[in-house]
Amino acid sequence: MYTQALDIPQKDADERGPRAVESPAYEAEFNARIDAGEFIEPKDWMPEKYRKTLIRQISQHAHSEIVGMLPEGNWITRAPSLKRKAILLAKVQDEGGHGLYLYAAAETLGVSRDELYEALLSGKAKYSSIFNYPTLNWADIGVIGWLVDGAAIMNQIPLCKCSYGPYARAMIRVCKEESFHQRQGYDALLQMMKGTAGQREMVQDAVNRWWWPSIMMFGPHDKDSIHVESARWGIKRISNDDLRQKFVDATVKQAEVLGVTLPDPDLKWNAERGHYDFGAIDWDEFWSVVKGDGQCNVDRIAARRKAWDDGAWVREAALAFAEKQAAREKVAA
Amino acid sequence: MERKEWPLWEVFIRSRNGLDHKHCGSVHAPDPRMALQVARDVYTRRMEGVSIWVVKASDIVASDPDAKPELFDPAEDKIYRHPTFYKLPDEVNHM
Amino acid sequence: MASKQEHTEYVLRIGDNALILGQRLSEWCGHAPVLEEDMALANMALDLIGQARMLLTHAGQLEGAGRDEDQLAFLRTEAHYRNLTLCELPNEDFARTVVRNFLFSSFQVLLWARLSGSTDAELAAIAAKSLKEARYHQQHAGDWVIRLGDGTAESHRRSQVALDYLWPYTAELFAPAPSDDKVVAAGIGPAWPSLEADWEAQVVPVLNEATLTVPARTPFKSFGKFGRHSEHMGHLLATMQIMQRTYPGARW
Repeated sequence: MYTQALDIPQKDADERGPRAVESPAYEAEFNARIDAGEFIEPKDWMPEKYRKTLIRQISQHAHSEIVGMLPEGNWITRAPSLKRKAILLAKVQDEGGHGLYLYAAAETLGVSRDELYEALLSGKAKYSSIFNYPTLNWADIGVIGWLVDGAAIMNQIPLCKCSYGPYARAMIRVCKEESFHQRQGYDALLQMMKGTAGQREMVQDAVNRWWWPSIMMFGPHDKDSIHVESARWGIKRISNDDLRQKFVDATVKQAEVLGVTLPDPDLKWNAERGHYDFGAIDWDEFWSVVKGDGQCNVDRIAARRKAWDDGAWVREAALAFAEKQAAREKVAA
Repeated sequence: MERKEWPLWEVFIRSRNGLDHKHCGSVHAPDPRMALQVARDVYTRRMEGVSIWVVKASDIVASDPDAKPELFDPAEDKIYRHPTFYKLPDEVNHM
Repeated sequence: MASKQEHTEYVLRIGDNALILGQRLSEWCGHAPVLEEDMALANMALDLIGQARMLLTHAGQLEGAGRDEDQLAFLRTEAHYRNLTLCELPNEDFARTVVRNFLFSSFQVLLWARLSGSTDAELAAIAAKSLKEARYHQQHAGDWVIRLGDGTAESHRRSQVALDYLWPYTAELFAPAPSDDKVVAAGIGPAWPSLEADWEAQVVPVLNEATLTVPARTPFKSFGKFGRHSEHMGHLLATMQIMQRTYPGARW
């Protein structure tokens, strides 16, 4: 899964890096390394803004994975077959794993996971707004795999080459696993489309609800999106609109094979451009969901908050036990 | 707010016998046993490993990137350490 | 000779345990106390669902009525499920979850070890594979029981409450099932009472190390493995079966 919210600013806590001294000489050296295509590693000098941008982007991405467990987790106990239940559970578990890879990458920048997590739970940090849409029928699970993970993969592949080593490495791991996510979704839909009228109806209903949010995942149009520094630093390598176009072009054929209609009357091949044209995106809806007025924003954070609060005694107990054990070993030694 | 976080452990995995353990990320865990279990669940869901090391992150001693020139540059001119430094006759050059 | 029906029922007892506890554990996904435990609990649920698939498939073949894993998992009525009541009880909190996992996986470890020598070759193969999984579950859950039991006052209290609640249901694990007698005689699997002493020998030391008090046995009895379940079972099935019930005959 993935965050589109790469460029949505949030207030950062006053995290401090290993070497917070800003110096033009350091910066020139840093820029030269970026230009030479070198990776930046955790203890290397980096401009404070690079560090903060990365912390924000990586943690938003991690939060998206973690919140993204919820809409699909909603169907684990109701999966229609044992095979699909196992696949879905493995997939949602992977998302937890992706969140952990990414938090681990963010932590190399001198910020703790609990701090990042607290920012999510307090509503200060953003996550991908795609997860603020509800999963209403079983086909939503297939469509999320096909469209949402499909869009995610397109967005994520360029990140495997991003300039920050730990992030790039985490993304390589994520991308390897993500292809299973998209394929299982499409496979589930294929099976349903071969089935009963009731099943096909579910698939079309799910496509109707997820199509537009999926293409919004690529973020605002390039003209409305400020990426100068992210591009300069090799954190963002391909523009939102280019990725979106690539996704639409790839998806039309897949929809045909599946036998579903994409809910956009303006979607048609443009021979001159060599691409599909598509209708206008409702950016008011996008921003209202980003800003907290999606159907599930409140429920998603409340669910994560509840798990965290209910688990406080467990985390404390584990630490208390570890301390007791260490003390006992000391006495024994 | 007081924060009491589980300690951070760096995770190293041997993907199969015959290869070195390789760093692959980190996990949080209260104790070494759980650190191993968590590392297994997080980093080897697809048979990526046959052996795991976990090391408390605070116990790792790392070289300073600022010291890179004095640590690593002196090796740069010792080209005679590399096999390609030696031009041998073609007949025996696979040596 | 055990009849087809007796043999099938014996396999269902084992398969339904895995199915129903797998369903319960999967409820945690996304809601665990730390992300690391989300991963661990999902792994255990996946192991159990995998075991259930193999065992229900096998039971369906033994039965010979053409029922596959999904028809058995989703389309029986409550009284036809043969799982232990222990497996269907709600998760409640993390303490109850890990105490149950420990009590149950310790049982499974012994059962799989015995079944790996079964005269039913298919069952023996499933057992050999599942034994490794159960050992890991037992270790993971046992570690947590000790951490929580000997952690803080609060975690100790919750663990003791969980143990007191679950303990009476463990009598059912070892209750004899007369209809299994011929199955046992045929060397297909162990008699339930024969597992009790070993189970206690594995479980009690860990509970002691966790500073928990092992409750005394009471006259309480539960009967899930004979098809008489708790009030919780109907709700679990309502959730689990909804798609198969709503779309009869559909393939997924």
